[in-house]
Amino acid sequence: MNDWVAIFITALMVISAIFAVEWRDLLAAVIGMAAVSLFASIAFFFLQAPDVAMVEAAIGAALSAAVFIFAIKRTERYESEEEGTGWWARW
Amino acid sequence: MVKRILAIVFILIIGFWMAKALDQIPFGQDRMLVGKYYLEHVTEDTGAINAVTAVVVNYRGFDTLGEVTVLFIASTGVAALLWRKKRKRTAKTEGSIVLTTGARLLLPFIMLFGAYIFIHGHLTPGGGFPGGATIATAFLFFYLAFTVYEIDHKIFEPLEGFAGLGYVTVGLIGLAIGGYFLFDWIWQTWGIGRENVGRLLSAGFIPIIYTLIGIKVGTELTGIVDNMIKEPEEGG
Repeated sequence: MNDWVAIFITALMVISAIFAVEWRDLLAAVIGMAAVSLFASIAFFFLQAPDVAMVEAAIGAALSAAVFIFAIKRTERYESEEEGTGWWARW
Repeated sequence: MVKRILAIVFILIIGFWMAKALDQIPFGQDRMLVGKYYLEHVTEDTGAINAVTAVVVNYRGFDTLGEVTVLFIASTGVAALLWRKKRKRTAKTEGSIVLTTGARLLLPFIMLFGAYIFIHGHLTPGGGFPGGATIATAFLFFYLAFTVYEIDHKIFEPLEGFAGLGYVTVGLIGLAIGGYFLFDWIWQTWGIGRENVGRLLSAGFIPIIYTLIGIKVGTELTGIVDNMIKEPEEGG
């Protein structure tokens, strides 16, 4: 049963990491990043490292997400949609 | 599109390479060389129950000093980058009554829990960094719930500096007494708390250093939040 929980948490972590990169809305991307931190914290807890899990939860889920949101508030919320015409455009 | 496919292929090659390397190492088996010494001697050497904090503060204290320095440089860098003469909070909407009342009720508990984490670093999981981050989260909550709240800079920045200075001073006293920097003089020379290992007043200088680190990390992260949330005034 423990193996299945570990696989489930790792899969959720990978999925939220992919979404954090893929989403064009940066606010949603911050949520994805905080979710990665949360699942990483749970994974650390499952691997019996409570010290690391606490640091990961306190820094990754709360403070870094808040700092990213402040940065978004003072810049732009959406990633611009410019894609080059070919693969050399932004190489 | 081609760029993306190329990137994915490249990452798959790197991942395959790393998986191949990690395949050689068996998972969950005893491979400890130095770790064995730490686990067997941690209580008699340092008086701490929590081996992680004993390694972080006592055996490898120099790394922690480096980490604290990194945090200090990050905080100073953010402050230097965002420096203006006149800066103010520009929150336009007042938080709802539920939010402000909830914040008022919750904040003492968050602060108390943060202090609990860093004071009990030698007994329970945690230590200075999560405790300080919890306290900074409480201040972040202050900033988000109340539109006019601002920390007292006359107290916060000197407190941060004095906490860091206290850490270095404890290390230098160890240099004077024991012969090397960050020598645990309270435990190894004075022997305070030898009879109550596992209680609060034990473990040499780990609680003292972790209290200083907790104060330092808490004020530093709060300073970063404060710098990022304030905006320059019109024409400032």
